[in-house]
Amino acid sequence: MLVIIDYGVGNVRSVTNAFRYIGSDITVSCDPAVIARADGLILPGVGASGYAMQKVAPIADCLKEQAAAGKPLLGICVGFQLLFKESHEMGTHQCLGLIKGKVVPIPTDLGLTIPHMGWNYVKFADNMRLFDGLGDGRHFAFANSFYAQMDDAETKAAMTEYGVQITAAVEKGNIYGCQFHPEKSAADGLQVLKNFVKICDEEQSGC
Amino acid sequence: MLTKRIIPCLDVKDNRVVKGINFLNLRDAGDPVELGKKYSDEGADELVFLDITATIRSKKTIVELVEKVAANVFIPFTVGGGISKADEIGLLLRSGADKCSINTAAVNNPDLLRESAERFGAQCVVLAIDARRTPGKVGKWHVTVKAGSEPTDIDAIEWAIKAEKLGAGEILLTSMDADGTQTGYDIELTRAVAEAVSIPVIASGGAGTLESLTEVLDKGKADAVLAASIFHYGTYSIKKTKEFLQQHGVPVRPV
Repeated sequence: MLVIIDYGVGNVRSVTNAFRYIGSDITVSCDPAVIARADGLILPGVGASGYAMQKVAPIADCLKEQAAAGKPLLGICVGFQLLFKESHEMGTHQCLGLIKGKVVPIPTDLGLTIPHMGWNYVKFADNMRLFDGLGDGRHFAFANSFYAQMDDAETKAAMTEYGVQITAAVEKGNIYGCQFHPEKSAADGLQVLKNFVKICDEEQSGC
Repeated sequence: MLTKRIIPCLDVKDNRVVKGINFLNLRDAGDPVELGKKYSDEGADELVFLDITATIRSKKTIVELVEKVAANVFIPFTVGGGISKADEIGLLLRSGADKCSINTAAVNNPDLLRESAERFGAQCVVLAIDARRTPGKVGKWHVTVKAGSEPTDIDAIEWAIKAEKLGAGEILLTSMDADGTQTGYDIELTRAVAEAVSIPVIASGGAGTLESLTEVLDKGKADAVLAASIFHYGTYSIKKTKEFLQQHGVPVRPV
């Protein structure tokens, strides 16, 4: 069973729809007891990361413990940004610190429309489990004004270009994250979610 | 590279997709759940659902329909029509919408844009502008409300700039002069708005030939195009549209 963490910020319904569509066993919850029983965790989120971190604070320790215990965790969009050490969106906020790096604004002086809204090409790093079966790169749907600058030698990252190099997805041990919305990226996005489900199944069966 | 988006629009009335000319003379175009799934599967980049009877406030049926459409749509999904409170946006987002478009209520109460952006993030707040050329004035457009039935004295360009400052994350710009005519987008209007703001602009109203889509994405500087009739009635498929755009140098997500 996978748990989508519902902490009151965001697009839980879209993420739930997508996991149900691919046939996975999904529960939506914010209860630490349910989170502890899950085979894998999904942390969604939209809006501002500072506000999201405030809302996730009551279960932050629980999430960190689960992550440290090796449970697969997938952050999506703002949920992805919360995986980093800190965010500079409307002040500086400490986040979960599972990946080294910080979340900063996309520069506004490059003549690009902000938010970074729409489908951008994502180039994968070698052997990323999230992108199994998808080749070297694909288009995914983004909606972000802030982006993560990764500073973590142990983390594999997929990148996209929007005036600057934007960290589009990460993998570090059992920690996974996507800046884009896999649940809204058509067949390729659903494949990413299927890959995450497979990762959770394999971890659970000790492969 | 960020690609240009192709967005089919479902104008919904009494649980059916309809399409008219200049918002009048409506004709049936199909079932919203089926059409939504078809466009999502065929490679559309987003889907827009507009309740043209503007009944979101009073009728649970629209929310139920949004839920049904969203269950089969795995591309960004915008819902609009009659939204007048931030709470209604919250309800629609919980029902499976990813963004909400606000039109008349934002004109009456611009602060609704700020409140909605603060609560849900600018990325899900779309300002819909129904603009009409102002008679006797070249390069001037005014905002109309209530599905285009009532003119206001608000300048469309100035309203777009103000909306961006208040927190809108995107503008859905419909030319009321061109809507449903299939004679091409209002390039001049689209370009004027796109150059005035730094948020994405979706061009709407007048999609006819594939050349008209290319033109508004290129000369009109739009980030996305919305179209209804040409897709609903099968004039062009999403695939054919994207192939044409790609051949003409417009970056699109391949189908």
